[in-house]
Amino acid sequence: MALFQRKRRNILPGFGLSMGYTVFYLSAIVIVPLSMVFFNTIPMGWEPFVHSVTAPRVLASYKLSFSTAFFAALFDAFAGLLTAWVLVRYRFPGKQFLDALVDLPFALPTAVAGICFATLYSPIGWLGQLLAPLNLQIINTPTGIIIALIFIGFPFVVRTIQPVLEEMEQEIEEAAHCLGATRWQTFTKILLPHLFPALLTGVTLAFARGIGEYGSVIFIAGNLPMKTEIAPLMIMSKLDQFDYAGASAVALVLLCISFSMLLLLNAVQEWQQKEYRS
Amino acid sequence: MPEPEISQDHPPVVKKRISDPRSIQILLIGLTYLFFIGFIFLPLGLVFSQAFGKGWSFYLEAIREPYAIEAVKLTLLTVAIVVPVNAVFGVTAAWAITKFNFRGKSTLKSLLDLPFAVSPVIAGLIFVLLVGSRTPFGSWLGEHGIKIIFSTPGIIIATIFVTFPFIARELIPLMEAQGRDEEEAALTLGAKGWQIFSKITLPNIRWGLLYGMILCGARSIGEFGAVSVVSGHIRGQTNTIPLHVEILYSEYNFTASFAVASLLVFLALLTVVIKSGMEKHFQKNSFHL
Repeated sequence: MALFQRKRRNILPGFGLSMGYTVFYLSAIVIVPLSMVFFNTIPMGWEPFVHSVTAPRVLASYKLSFSTAFFAALFDAFAGLLTAWVLVRYRFPGKQFLDALVDLPFALPTAVAGICFATLYSPIGWLGQLLAPLNLQIINTPTGIIIALIFIGFPFVVRTIQPVLEEMEQEIEEAAHCLGATRWQTFTKILLPHLFPALLTGVTLAFARGIGEYGSVIFIAGNLPMKTEIAPLMIMSKLDQFDYAGASAVALVLLCISFSMLLLLNAVQEWQQKEYRS
Repeated sequence: MPEPEISQDHPPVVKKRISDPRSIQILLIGLTYLFFIGFIFLPLGLVFSQAFGKGWSFYLEAIREPYAIEAVKLTLLTVAIVVPVNAVFGVTAAWAITKFNFRGKSTLKSLLDLPFAVSPVIAGLIFVLLVGSRTPFGSWLGEHGIKIIFSTPGIIIATIFVTFPFIARELIPLMEAQGRDEEEAALTLGAKGWQIFSKITLPNIRWGLLYGMILCGARSIGEFGAVSVVSGHIRGQTNTIPLHVEILYSEYNFTASFAVASLLVFLALLTVVIKSGMEKHFQKNSFHL
């Protein structure tokens, strides 16, 4: 029972060639390099591995990456739902313009986003100036990291909700209206449950992206040990010290988390499709 | 068929969709604009205000400086290699996945998406672990005069990894929807494999392919984390545009940094405009990681 073997004969040519090339390229570029993280961690042995990934500075970086990615994704849930709703349901000046700009965080290099937010929120920056009298500091704090991650994750939520909202039949809402439901009841009882799987998918994507994000965060974070060092930065600083085993240990934990997020996402999507059919 | 007459006394009944009250609409639209001002417009405005803060001549000097030009050249070289390589792979993988039935198809599809789940820093790390000068394979390559990490090939490979899924992901749903009837018809009419591909399949997927290539190109230009790990930051040699922006910024040369960054912003805006134009043209609302 070989994997990737043809089930039924198909008359089209090129199966062997295209499949062979696909598997070769996939292995050379993705599978073999990724497995290096694993093979570089094994020689460490269990005790040093645990010691390395539970060092206080590393644990603090995991905690920071998680909490900031979580709060950013949560904020994106609201901002994304709002934007998708407004773009699909209302007509207003500048709508097309906003719709196109939703993709900007995808297209803008992360380093550029990083220096923009760091400059905006610096004590002499456009927004930092306004916040300074209130004694609110954004740069070099977790709040700054959250702001950068909100920007990065935003399009994921909008672009997953938008198609679902567009395909939704408004008759359902009309029926609810005829049966005497208020607009708010219709939203919480009808629309939100229907949009929930897509919302969850978008938020999970934003969260997963936020955990691994590097370029947009490091400029605003200030990278203070134990306070504003994110997990990818820990990998980077271990690499700079040529601590390859340590770097791959931290990376292995991060990869395991990302892959389980991906599996969770697949489960959510299957559930979503089931919901859609019924 | 006669035109239906509309009496002046009774205006035509327009089917009125239920919608939210105007006040709620204005509130929500206002909130959306507020979010966009804070997170999109202000950063964009800042880039240009900083970039031109010391006038045109300074701006031109910053982007014409030799190191900046070297960075642009390296980035263009990277894109020129990464996009075609990933395009060939994308088309091949999409052909294998959509034109045949085989065991493990969904596994293969998930494997294609793997790079999306990997942090850019890890994407760089894995190539340092594989071919870095301290690894057996890397030192063997070094003895034969081949340097990959801290040099251009490393930047290209890391970028290939990061942008690996873009084109295949664009083509697979498209080719699944198109089915294989046309190719099979061509085959029964005596066309050879290459003829089928170039005369039937390629014209059918050309817009999807172009779309995927644009996304792949945009990401290749802007990739920072992965490239930063494998580059070694040697000015004039292994600096791409985003790395050059970072170096200028960390040297407190903010105006020059934003001037170079503005080039990337122009490209990002161009990408967004082309993307939205193509989506409107083809009435598709696709979603990308």
